[in-house]
Amino acid sequence: MSGFARHRRSGRVIANFTGFEADLLRSLASQLVELLRNEAAAPTDGADPFEAMMDFSGPTTEPEDPVLARLFPTAYRDDAEAASEFRRYTEGALRDGKARAAATIIDGLEEAGLPAELTEDGLMIDVELDEPTAETWMRSFTDVRLALATRLGVEDGDEDYWHGLPDDDPRAQAHDIYEWVGYLQETLVEALSARR
Amino acid sequence: MSAASPVEVEPTTTPDEVTFLAKPWVTIVWNDPVNLMSYVTYVFQKYFGYDKRKAEKLMMEVHEDGKSVVSSGTREEMERDVQAMHEYGLWATMDRSE
Repeated sequence: MSGFARHRRSGRVIANFTGFEADLLRSLASQLVELLRNEAAAPTDGADPFEAMMDFSGPTTEPEDPVLARLFPTAYRDDAEAASEFRRYTEGALRDGKARAAATIIDGLEEAGLPAELTEDGLMIDVELDEPTAETWMRSFTDVRLALATRLGVEDGDEDYWHGLPDDDPRAQAHDIYEWVGYLQETLVEALSARR
Repeated sequence: MSAASPVEVEPTTTPDEVTFLAKPWVTIVWNDPVNLMSYVTYVFQKYFGYDKRKAEKLMMEVHEDGKSVVSSGTREEMERDVQAMHEYGLWATMDRSE
């Protein structure tokens, strides 16, 4: 595993993943899409279907799920009314954008040859991204990392705690994945910052 | 610790000009334990068009002081900036300029 790099001649951003890594990345992106699409942006329980269809307004209160609350922070700290208005006008678009970005990762991996069900051993997935697509991946890696970190309760300077957990602790494994996506993102930022 | 750049007001400036020159709203980016320093710098360069030096300075303010004022302007402009920061996964809020 070597992360992302800029291909010198074509200028494209490239990476190669094992089948296992690509499958893991797809699974993380899929979970993000599911989270973003599942908890409805506006509560529609028991609403008249026609009314629900005609309701273009967005949510006005902070999402209950802590991951969603981190992905869609409150914009005004001291003005609840302005914060609600801001949320109403932005959260829907932000959700769609983040879900689309995660879907871009899934599509990219599958176009590069990742099968719907990974069965083959020794499969390698080579991805080659143009710059805008690489940026989309980079942005979505942030969302994946924010989601994992929020679920794990990651804090500043707590590396020793995580590394001290026994290897078979599921939280240690989840934290390894969080660090791996961080490594991928770091190399992606580097590749995108490199002058062609 | 960080603050918006104070608006220099010439003694001869009329009140109307002060209102025009002052940028009444600011976008603040807050520190979080997740976002990479390189990524935050990249976002400040890419979205605001800041040079690497300024982007790194703002990133270090976020990292060390816990927050940094990254842009200022009208309320509408700041709502756009905050929304863009949320798109990038940064924790941003807006406030009236002090």
